[in-house]
Amino acid sequence: MNCRSIVKELSNYLDEALDSTLKDSIEKHLEHCDDCRVVVDTTKKTIQIFCNSEPAPLPEDTKLRLREALVKRLRRVRA
Amino acid sequence: MGTQFIIQKTESAVTRRGASLSFFATKRRTVASNEEQFVRRVADRHSCATLSRREILLMSTSKANPLPARPLPSQVVKDDEPILVASAKAGDISAFETLVGRYERKIFRLAQNITQNKEDAEDVMQEAFLKAYEHLDEFQGNSRFYTWLVRIAVNQALMKLRKRRPNQVSLDEEVDTGEELMPREVEDWGPSPEERYKQSELGGILSSTIAELDPSFRIVFQLRDIEEMSTEETAEALGLSIPAVKSRLLRARLKLRQKLNRYFRRSENS
Repeated sequence: MNCRSIVKELSNYLDEALDSTLKDSIEKHLEHCDDCRVVVDTTKKTIQIFCNSEPAPLPEDTKLRLREALVKRLRRVRA
Repeated sequence: MGTQFIIQKTESAVTRRGASLSFFATKRRTVASNEEQFVRRVADRHSCATLSRREILLMSTSKANPLPARPLPSQVVKDDEPILVASAKAGDISAFETLVGRYERKIFRLAQNITQNKEDAEDVMQEAFLKAYEHLDEFQGNSRFYTWLVRIAVNQALMKLRKRRPNQVSLDEEVDTGEELMPREVEDWGPSPEERYKQSELGGILSSTIAELDPSFRIVFQLRDIEEMSTEETAEALGLSIPAVKSRLLRARLKLRQKLNRYFRRSENS
C-alpha cells in the first residue's frame, strides 16, 4: 500500500466501506506515514465541518414569501 | 386612525375569505383575542400600511417557534417525521407547516449551494415545498420525507441551473479534470479548527469555498456529505452511476480540503 493507493481509497476508508483486509493495510500505512495521516485527518474534518454546519436563518421576508406562496397554492388546490 | 382603518379593512377581508383560506393561522384560531392585541401592537409599531393581518401573525409564528440553535444533521430528521407526514396527508395543514418550518433553512441552503443565486434559491425552495404538498399522496414512505423533499428541490435547482447556464452544467457526462488527485498541501489543522471562527464567519467561509467547486462536484458533495444521502440515493437522484458518484465525491472532498487548508492550518492560527 503506497500513498497514491491511500488517496484513491480515501473516501471508501472514511465512509467505512472497505473490507477488513484493505482497511488494515491502510491503517498500517497510516502508522508510519505522517503525510497520509494528515490528509486523512483533514479530509475527515472537512466533511465533519460541512456536515455539522448550521444553515443561516432565513430572512423574514423570504419566510413570508414562502408562506404566502403556500397559502396561494392551497387556495388553488381547494378551489 | 389610519392604522385602525387598515386593521379593520384587513380583518373584514380575512373574514370574507373564510377561515378555510387562512392556512397558517389555522391552529392559532383558539387564541383569537390575543391575536387581536398582537396584530394591533405590531401594526402600530410598523405604522403600518404594508403589513396584512396574516403577515403579522406569520411573523409572530416564526418568532415564537424558533428552530433549535444548532441541530446536528443526525438530529434533523426527527422521530415524529412519519407522524407529521401522515397527519399532513390526512389534511392537517399545521403538520405540514411544522415540516416546512423544520426544513426551510436546509432546503434554502441546498438550493443556494446548487444555483449560487439567492433569487433562484428562493424560487427553488418555494417550488419544492409546493410540489411536496401537492404530491404528498404520492409519497409512499419508502424513504425519509426529507430525502424525498431534497430530491424534489434538487430537480428544481438543476432545472434553474440548466436554464441559466445551459452550456456549463452537465451532470450526465463524466468530468475529466485532468488534475492530479494527490494532495499538494499537507498541513495539520489541530483538533477543532472551525472553533477559531464565529458561526457567521464560518458560514461565509463554507459557502464561498463550496461555491468554487465545479457544479458536478458541488452537487454530489452537497447530497452525500451535507444532506447525508447514501451513494445509491445520490446516484438515483442525479441519474449518475455509483462509480461516478464515488469518483466525484472523492474529488470534491479533496478539493474542499485543499481550499479550507488556507483557513484551518495551524500556521494560520499561530
